[in-house]
Amino acid sequence: SFTGLANQTFCTVLLYKNSPSLKTRESEDIQQQIIRETFHLVSKRDENVCNFLEGGLLIGGSDNKLIYRHYATLYFVFCVDSSESELGILDLIQVFVETLDKCFENVCELDLIFHVDKVHNILAEMVMGGMVLETNMNEIVTQIDAQNKLEKSETFIFQSPRQDR
Amino acid sequence: MDPLCFAFRLGVHLHQGFTFLHGSHLYIPPARYLRMPAPIRLRELIRTIRTARTQAEEREMIQKECAAIRSSFREEDNTYRCRNVAKLLYMHMLGYPAHFGQLECLKLIASQKFTDKRIGYLGAMLLLDERQDVHLLMTNCIKNDLNHSTQYVQGLALCTLGCMGSSEMCRDLAGEVEKLLKTSNSYLRKKAALCAVHVIRKVPELMEMFLPATKNLLNEKNHGVLHTSVVLLTEMCERSPDMLAHFRKNEKLVPQLVRILKNLIMSGYSPEHDVSGISDPFLQVRILRLLRILGRNDDDSSEAMNDILAQVATNTETSKNVGNAILYETVLTIMDIKSESGLRVLAINILGRFLLNNDKNIRYVALTSLLKTVQTDHNAVQRHRSTIVDCLKDLDVSIKRRAMELSFALVNGNNIRGMMKELLYFLDSCEPEFKADCASGIFLAAEKYAPSKRWHIDTIMRVLTTAGSYVRDDAVPNLIQLITNSMEMHAYTVQRLYKAIFGDYSQQSLVQVASWCIGEYGDLLVSGQCEEEEPIQVTEDEVLDILESILISNMSVSVTRGYALTAIMKLSTRFTCTVNRIKKVVSIYGSSIDVELQQRAVEYNALFKKYDHMRPALLERMPVMEKVTTNGPTEVVQTNGETEPAVLETKPPPGLQPTSQANDLLDLLGGNDTTPVIPTAPMSKPASAGGELLDLLGDLNLTGSPASAPTPAPQISQPPFLLDGLSSQPLFNDVAAGIPSITAYSKNGLKIDFTFERSNTNPSVTVITIQASNSTELDMTDFVFQAAVPKTFQLQLLSPSSSVIPAFNSGTITQVIKVLNPQKQQLRMRIKLTYNHKGSAMQDLAEVNNFPPQSWQ
Repeated sequence: SFTGLANQTFCTVLLYKNSPSLKTRESEDIQQQIIRETFHLVSKRDENVCNFLEGGLLIGGSDNKLIYRHYATLYFVFCVDSSESELGILDLIQVFVETLDKCFENVCELDLIFHVDKVHNILAEMVMGGMVLETNMNEIVTQIDAQNKLEKSETFIFQSPRQDR
Repeated sequence: MDPLCFAFRLGVHLHQGFTFLHGSHLYIPPARYLRMPAPIRLRELIRTIRTARTQAEEREMIQKECAAIRSSFREEDNTYRCRNVAKLLYMHMLGYPAHFGQLECLKLIASQKFTDKRIGYLGAMLLLDERQDVHLLMTNCIKNDLNHSTQYVQGLALCTLGCMGSSEMCRDLAGEVEKLLKTSNSYLRKKAALCAVHVIRKVPELMEMFLPATKNLLNEKNHGVLHTSVVLLTEMCERSPDMLAHFRKNEKLVPQLVRILKNLIMSGYSPEHDVSGISDPFLQVRILRLLRILGRNDDDSSEAMNDILAQVATNTETSKNVGNAILYETVLTIMDIKSESGLRVLAINILGRFLLNNDKNIRYVALTSLLKTVQTDHNAVQRHRSTIVDCLKDLDVSIKRRAMELSFALVNGNNIRGMMKELLYFLDSCEPEFKADCASGIFLAAEKYAPSKRWHIDTIMRVLTTAGSYVRDDAVPNLIQLITNSMEMHAYTVQRLYKAIFGDYSQQSLVQVASWCIGEYGDLLVSGQCEEEEPIQVTEDEVLDILESILISNMSVSVTRGYALTAIMKLSTRFTCTVNRIKKVVSIYGSSIDVELQQRAVEYNALFKKYDHMRPALLERMPVMEKVTTNGPTEVVQTNGETEPAVLETKPPPGLQPTSQANDLLDLLGGNDTTPVIPTAPMSKPASAGGELLDLLGDLNLTGSPASAPTPAPQISQPPFLLDGLSSQPLFNDVAAGIPSITAYSKNGLKIDFTFERSNTNPSVTVITIQASNSTELDMTDFVFQAAVPKTFQLQLLSPSSSVIPAFNSGTITQVIKVLNPQKQQLRMRIKLTYNHKGSAMQDLAEVNNFPPQSWQ
């Protein structure tokens, strides 16, 4: 499965390949094709239709579904196979967004665009190997904070006060 | 506030560029670095790229940055490596090649700093996979990191291993993972559990290794660990039935899970795991899923969980999506285990309530699960039929599709009229992507449950008029067969068809059926007799006008024209005053550019000229067809009873079509559930119903039309088909001494010829050599030829000479097929072709019936 974020003018903010069971992989072209196709499918959707889409041709065949949610200008898309509960994934997306909100303090699109690596880290605390790892928001935020502190304590290049890359 | 920041501010005031922080290093870059500017930060890069206005500008920026990164990598710059790799990952996400960063990721992983490791592992997960040899170099690093003192480093290692570890890596590191599974640190334990799942998926043999560690997993309080433990247990149970049995009996897993679930439901508000008022729904859902696996086909386990399932089903709040997610999972579990009937009814009612829910997602999910249960609990689902039918009118495409599938599953003899009305209405208004499936579904349903012949014919006509361009090819011959079978309806049918195509020739299937009928029953049409409805007054000339316009019309495809021409010809025996006109029309087409039409016209001409005495017999009314061929119009025309006027054949032109062949076809096409027996068939044919043919041929579903048709005279000799003459042999051919070869398939530039040889040693074996050639201007690649034969035959396909058919007929693919025909039955074959042409994948099914008799007798 993979997770993608895209905004309305189709700029991919994040793409996290999560599971080794994706049949088409690696070549950047194919990856981009998948993204484009996903975006096409998702952006065509109306507001009041259901949040599930059968995947396009490139996404691993008929077993995989796209589950997405639309928040302000961003689409959060999860591609899952049939072993996941569809409604559960919707809730997972919600928890993910709330976690992002906690970590970034009133998260907005720009936050996500400029701190891609941090978003990756947060996602890595929630989903691992294509499976849900942790869903407790506070727990996740605690872990992320601790790891960030660890990072901060290591770096002492003084280009600027803030240690971002 | 961070002491570093504070000190820095102080430092800036005191001295340019140095800081007096005690305990920290002073980093003075070596001289050579001062010349090169430091690589820009990731944020800078992102900002820059966002300012690009065109794709080309962006590419330029990226290339410049890539070059800078590459030289930085060459310099072996430790300080900025993680910054560079971070930028590289960003560019990779945008779609630019980033493979040169793979080794750098490894270097980062090997570094001591957490920051480096973090980016390094992320890069490994995104850029590397088991197809690159480089990834094995990580194994040692991961091993060390799994034993690191900092738990976050261990976590990173577990994460990476769990996402992209190859089987070799998993084998090497499984021991470490197992150790971590037993640790008391819950952060690590949960990661280890998921990592173990990945290891098991990659190397199933290692499953037993993790068994002892699972004993205590469910005693944890930490929900994260519980959650991942349940996932691990689920994976083990799904993979191995032994494990499943073990967990059921020895571990008493079910009571443990029931206990946990109960605690979750009963416990009060717990802010940690709360989602919209429900306590850790993710865990609940996972547990329910595991219970499903444990309870499947096992009475004891199912009984142990009955209560808790009932409790969850009744107590969960349904106002939010969360509650519904849990309910949905509960319903699935109830349906899957051996639950008592009260519980099942409860489940189906919950699904029914879902259908009425305003939330589209819930409706979608409900329809999906009803589709799964409709086979087993048919009556219960029937109760919700009206709601389901209403969903057909929903705006959402996904819901419509599900509702359509479910509706077809619910059609039965009682509700056929009502359902069909709704379905036809749906067909009118639905999106084009549905029309083909809907049309086929309607045909199937109509065949199975039609209350009367007239209703059936009306329905099919309605489908043809609304969705004529979307119906599958086999609809036309099916309908024709249906029409011939209902003798009393002939006049009515032909009249309706005539009216339907009057002035409008766009719907090809409809026009084909209409032409055929007019050709066959034209005399009824002009005689003005019709019982079912008001007869119309039509003259012979008017009928011929219509048929001629079809021939001329631009909208008619070649097949339709063939139908029309044949129809005109047949009318020559049915009409009285217009025979000369017919002769004229037929002779015009003797010089048509379309080879098919030309050949037909020439033959018909010959009928007029030389064989006029045979004409009435040849063009007689078609007898009832017991079963129909479903290969498309050519097939139908073949069984028309018209024969090639091959004078050299010594057989008398059989006026009647022996329908014993239909029995063969039955076997060939399978899927039938009535007995077709034709008592006159002398050969001991297995008059079986529904011969399961190879899946190759798909699921063509033939009707058993009620065997009320009169059986024809016991003629079993095979008449030379009209199309044999057209496609394979020149018109007046000497029957060759050897077995004549045939063209089995010719479409879209692909032609397949069959040549035959009989084995001298074993007279039941026929060896067919196929030659596939390609007359288009592009090669056909990945060509695969598959063949299937009726049950009484055996087939052996040897390997083909290649899988590419070069263009312009410059080469062929050869393949040998051996057919064993012990009962010396008439050879028939269905072939499936798949190949790539002009960049798209093509596929076709065809039936080959024009085997010369010498190939199988």
